[in-house]
Amino acid sequence: MAALSIRALSKRYANLEVLKGIDLDIESGEFTVLVGPSGCGKSTLLNIVAGLDRPSAGTVEIGGRVVNDVPPKDRDIAMVFQSYALYPSMTVRQNITFGMECRHVPKAEQEKAVANVAKLLQIEPLLGRKPSQLSGGQRQRVAMGRALVRDPLLFLFDEPLSNLDAKLRVEMRMEIKRLHQRIGATIVYVTHDQIEAMTMATRIAVMHRGVVQQFADPDTVYRYPANLFVARFMGSPPMNTMRARLQADGSGPVVVIGAGRPDEVRLHLQDYDAATSYVGREVVLGIRPECIAEGDRAFSGASGPPVVVTAPVEMVEPTGAETIVLLRLGGEPAQARVSPDVRPAPGTSAPFALDTRRLCLFDPETERLIA
Amino acid sequence: MRDRTFAPSRILIYLIVSLVAAAWLAPLAVVVLNSLRANEEIAQGSMIGWPQHLAWSNYAAAWNGFCVAETCAGIRPYMLNSALVTIPATILSTLLGAIAGYAVSLWRFRGDSWIYGIVTLGIFLPQQMRLLPWTIVLRDTGLMNTLTGLVVIHTIQGLSFTTLFCRNYYVAIPQELIRAARIDGAGFFRIFWRIILPLSPPILVVTVIWQFTHIWNEFLYGVTFTTGQQQPVTAALIALSAGVADIPQHGVQSAAVMIAALPTLLIYLIGGKYFVRGLTAGAVK
Repeated sequence: MAALSIRALSKRYANLEVLKGIDLDIESGEFTVLVGPSGCGKSTLLNIVAGLDRPSAGTVEIGGRVVNDVPPKDRDIAMVFQSYALYPSMTVRQNITFGMECRHVPKAEQEKAVANVAKLLQIEPLLGRKPSQLSGGQRQRVAMGRALVRDPLLFLFDEPLSNLDAKLRVEMRMEIKRLHQRIGATIVYVTHDQIEAMTMATRIAVMHRGVVQQFADPDTVYRYPANLFVARFMGSPPMNTMRARLQADGSGPVVVIGAGRPDEVRLHLQDYDAATSYVGREVVLGIRPECIAEGDRAFSGASGPPVVVTAPVEMVEPTGAETIVLLRLGGEPAQARVSPDVRPAPGTSAPFALDTRRLCLFDPETERLIA
Repeated sequence: MRDRTFAPSRILIYLIVSLVAAAWLAPLAVVVLNSLRANEEIAQGSMIGWPQHLAWSNYAAAWNGFCVAETCAGIRPYMLNSALVTIPATILSTLLGAIAGYAVSLWRFRGDSWIYGIVTLGIFLPQQMRLLPWTIVLRDTGLMNTLTGLVVIHTIQGLSFTTLFCRNYYVAIPQELIRAARIDGAGFFRIFWRIILPLSPPILVVTVIWQFTHIWNEFLYGVTFTTGQQQPVTAALIALSAGVADIPQHGVQSAAVMIAALPTLLIYLIGGKYFVRGLTAGAVK
């Protein structure tokens, strides 16, 4: 059953069209992440799903019921906010029971529900405290408790981790994921952090300028980005994209970076049937930084030896776990992920291995992936 | 080591400040001193002078013996009138202002900023301009020359300021709090009562002090819309000075002024620290 269906949804404020015909179907039990840069409309979309904002057109269905005219409290949803939105004058316990109080749930039942949730989230010792006496992580937990206690059809998370410091964010990320696996809840989660999207989602909806650019599982989004925006938004460092020319020789299509230059790079494409119609034309080549490595690297699962090119090194950024190398391929800038102990000297040239199985080609006009 | 020498400019500043303070405090000093001088003493000497001996009887006379408008009960009944106007009007205008401020700051609705603008416009309308409309309203509602009429006027007029104060305090409350409560199933008044009001004491103290002081000290409406026994103390004080054409009773009058000023002074002394804090406070974190 579709837990949430969004049909032809649009939203405009005066002259500004924030959402342009959104269609999404989210299955029960899915962890869907809406990801995109700020201003892409993801939070507006979430607020419309919650009923806190009204769409200009289109419908929202929750659990098979059109809820356009249903107030937030009757939509069978719970929401976790970026600022946690804990009621400052209430204790943790009161924060959690406030919703049940509004719905006139009997006291005994409230007690039981609070006890369950407090145990699940390990916040029992905090129940008597006020939000101001809690740390950021604890507040986050209480905010989740308030949502969990409702046991709704749909959980909505609005950038819940962006107020936490980096270490805590990683911890809470895992905790939310674990929680999802344990209770099998249906979650719609909004974030601008593509790492959160990749790590937690069962499906990702990448949004940009009020349009869903791609809606697919994380691997597909990463491996086959639907267009240049998705390619450049997902991944850190992002996918290298560069102008290139598609040519053909005896063994099939060849993508040429910096065609005509003395240092042009020629890469043979494997299984790119769709690309044949682009032979002789300009394309945009996308290559993930991890597909460019030090010259003696053997890529896992590769059938033959990798393509090795010698390229000038411009800058080296050691991160500890790996080294990011800025280099030029056929004159085009690119980033490579090499082993941490590999430190080619800037200004020199070094050999790099390319994993050509994972190249992406985009149409330079439409910016769409050439499938 | 702090520099303890005074630069000439600093001395000049202190001089100016002292002069301004003296000019400001002089009327108060005269009233305080006269309230403790016997009438004969003032009549023989001048309005300015130290009490020869402390005449506390002025206060007793002012409180419940002196004749105002042919009734010799001092200013006590008029103090009661003022209290009966000020206390309900303060509470009502503060509460309504809090609700109005909450509505315009945290609930977006069509025309909200217009409504807020019109309500606060009242701050800038001169009091005299409002006399005629109020006359018509009081006449048509039969509230002319009643304390209830004054309560109505002060409650409604007070809304401009109380709404402004509360709105400016509430805009700092995150919208997400309201959203969370709406999803939890709370409505307009439950959110106000359970979430917003418990956050409000700092601003409520400010508005209460402000309203109490202004309504208590208000003179124009009191003297225009009430007569005789219905007057608040500010209006009655004028009657007091007008009724003593033959022999000036400066001592008793001064004492009456002191008594009349006491409630607002007490309110400020009790709530003053909250007042300053509340005016400068951002809001809830």
